[in-house]
Amino acid sequence: SRTREALTSKLDRLFLGKKIIDAELLEELEELLITADMGVETSLGLIEAVRDKVKRKELTDPARLKTHLKAEMLTLLTGVAVPPLHPGKPHVVMVIGVNGVGKTTTIAKLAHHDLEQGEKVLLVAADTFRAAAIEQLEIWGQRAGAAVIKQKTGSDPAAVVFDGLAAALARRVDKVYIDTAGRLHTKVNLMEELKKVARTAAKQIEGAPHEVLLVLDATTGQNAINQARLFHEAIGVTGIIMTKLDGTAKGGVALGVVQETGLPLQFIGVGEQMDDLRPFEPEAYLEAILG
Amino acid sequence: MFDRLSDKLGKVFKKLKGHGKLTEANIQEALREVRLALLEADVHYKVAKTFIDRIRERALGQEVMTSLTPGQQVVKIVHDELAALLGGEAPRLELGGKTPVALMLVGLQGSGKTTTAAKLALYLKKQGRQPLLAPVDTQRPAAIEQLHRLGAEIGVDVYRSQPQQNPVALASEAMAAAVAKGHDVLLLDTAGRLHVDAPLMAELQAIKADVGPAEILLVADAMTGQDAVAVAQNFHEALDLTGVILTKVEGDARGGAALSMRTVVNKPIKFLGVGEKLDALEVFHPDRLASRILGMGDVLTLIEKA
Ligand SMILES: Nc1nc2c(ncn2[C@@H]2O[C@H](COP(=O)(O)OP(=O)(O)OP(=O)(O)O)[C@@H](O)[C@H]2O)c(=O)[nH]1
Ligand SMILES: Nc1nc2c(ncn2[C@@H]2O[C@H](COP(=O)(O)OP(=O)(O)OP(=O)(O)O)[C@@H](O)[C@H]2O)c(=O)[nH]1
Ligand SMILES: [Mg+2]
Ligand SMILES: [Mg+2]
Repeated sequence: SRTREALTSKLDRLFLGKKIIDAELLEELEELLITADMGVETSLGLIEAVRDKVKRKELTDPARLKTHLKAEMLTLLTGVAVPPLHPGKPHVVMVIGVNGVGKTTTIAKLAHHDLEQGEKVLLVAADTFRAAAIEQLEIWGQRAGAAVIKQKTGSDPAAVVFDGLAAALARRVDKVYIDTAGRLHTKVNLMEELKKVARTAAKQIEGAPHEVLLVLDATTGQNAINQARLFHEAIGVTGIIMTKLDGTAKGGVALGVVQETGLPLQFIGVGEQMDDLRPFEPEAYLEAILG
Repeated sequence: MFDRLSDKLGKVFKKLKGHGKLTEANIQEALREVRLALLEADVHYKVAKTFIDRIRERALGQEVMTSLTPGQQVVKIVHDELAALLGGEAPRLELGGKTPVALMLVGLQGSGKTTTAAKLALYLKKQGRQPLLAPVDTQRPAAIEQLHRLGAEIGVDVYRSQPQQNPVALASEAMAAAVAKGHDVLLLDTAGRLHVDAPLMAELQAIKADVGPAEILLVADAMTGQDAVAVAQNFHEALDLTGVILTKVEGDARGGAALSMRTVVNKPIKFLGVGEKLDALEVFHPDRLASRILGMGDVLTLIEKA
């Protein structure tokens, strides 16, 4: 892709004709990492480690720098466990995040994926706030082939979830996705509302929601770390999905997010269609950042 | 609010107390802290660099060198320069000329275009205008319905777009409808798109050519990171933007993207979106955003206290 090429050539230019790792090279590396949204702390931490290694003569060849960095970054991204699928049915997944990151679209993608695996999926329209959010989910439900449980705009999201899970049990579905309204992590009352939705789910089905997926937008800068921290504190997130990686944004803040929360990145969104969902692959992701 | 930059600069300069003179090296160290603060606030790497070069001169001048509180002086200079950069022309809408005047909202997916279109309609209605909202987003499921709902909420007419229509033809039709029904402003809500999506950017250019909007406003999320520069650059190159509207500002994002975009587009930030409700639209104050980017509460009272 275009962005990949731009980055590759950028990194190649970095190393071009370089015999040693000098201050200039490190500064250019700093630019590369920071413009990928990796943040000051993570970027400078990585560069500091390289500088130390250079000093101790453990790292001298610029050509090895990339491999070294990739390995370092990989350790920052891993060491987190994906929660085990619980054996019971239905498996309830709640999808949360700030406004406009791609929650509803991501649910369509996840549902499409499960349906292709032959699972029976139900969608619950618990965003009763945003204009036409219910209609949006209904259209996606039709396209994917999943039923949607809904109430009127303005009704209590917890009540919709109560109904939704009752229907899920009655219809013996495999998976339930709960679409929630976008909310800024700083809004205490809206975070309380989310907790109430989770509690309602737990009353209905043991252990529900079994997964809480936080959707982050790759275009977001350092604020994504606060988002992850506060959503995790409030309801206990189990995994992260990063959307909009089909643009030019690198989503480098994911490293900071994983550091901060220890949560696994599970999927990435690479477009607006139902099949634009990919499993998160650390190697490919780092390759896109470092070239 | 916790004042990190001021604290850090305080530390940089405190070491000097009793050591006599302030040197160029101390200023450099202070500027380094400022640069890191800007980067933490999501100001683009290159924009931050240029900015620091710009203020180095002033910081090295007499103002700081002879000051008793050099840390606060540096903060003040940075803050003032930042506010100056963010400011500029008066942030009002261009509504003169032949009516109906068209305003076009563009931007990445999910940035807040549809909501902001409705907010602007309400704002204009309160000023005695008769706006028409026109959904030209035929992509996102229920996007047209979304704008209809919002229009109904504020009592503003919404053009009857159909999802199977071509967006360019739709925009022209909506303009004709605005003329026929005596509306004085036409607000075009376009589909979200990536700045690197050539066919979709060309579609916006075609709409622009047909409708001749007085304003093309980039609606951008305050939480945007380093990509803000590329986004603003591409939209500006394609469309010659007239301004920027920053959304979701009521959260805790530092909003450095605003500085990046302002630098690239060199057109005013006209409004701030500060909530999901349709009256949550504010006019822009450069000094407030400057304080916020620097991670400070009220910088002026801080400086006075020092
Ligand atoms: N390019 C791109 N666009 C995406 C992706 N995922 C979602 N979008 C678009 O982003 C916009 C917002 O998506 P939604 O799914 O409505 O986001 P949301 O988080 O449900 O939004 P709210 O419910 O309003 O908070 C839509 O225009 C989607 O088509 C992605 O991976 N890539
Ligand atoms: N908190 C907050 N949310 C906002 C603001 N402006 C818009 N939103 C929310 O952001 C989400 C996306 O807004 P939309 O107006 O649908 O965005 P859009 O740019 O039209 O999205 P697409 O048409 O899919 O590209 C919705 O949940 C809005 O309610 C704001 O100023 N603050
Ligand atoms: Mg949604
Ligand atoms: Mg829209």
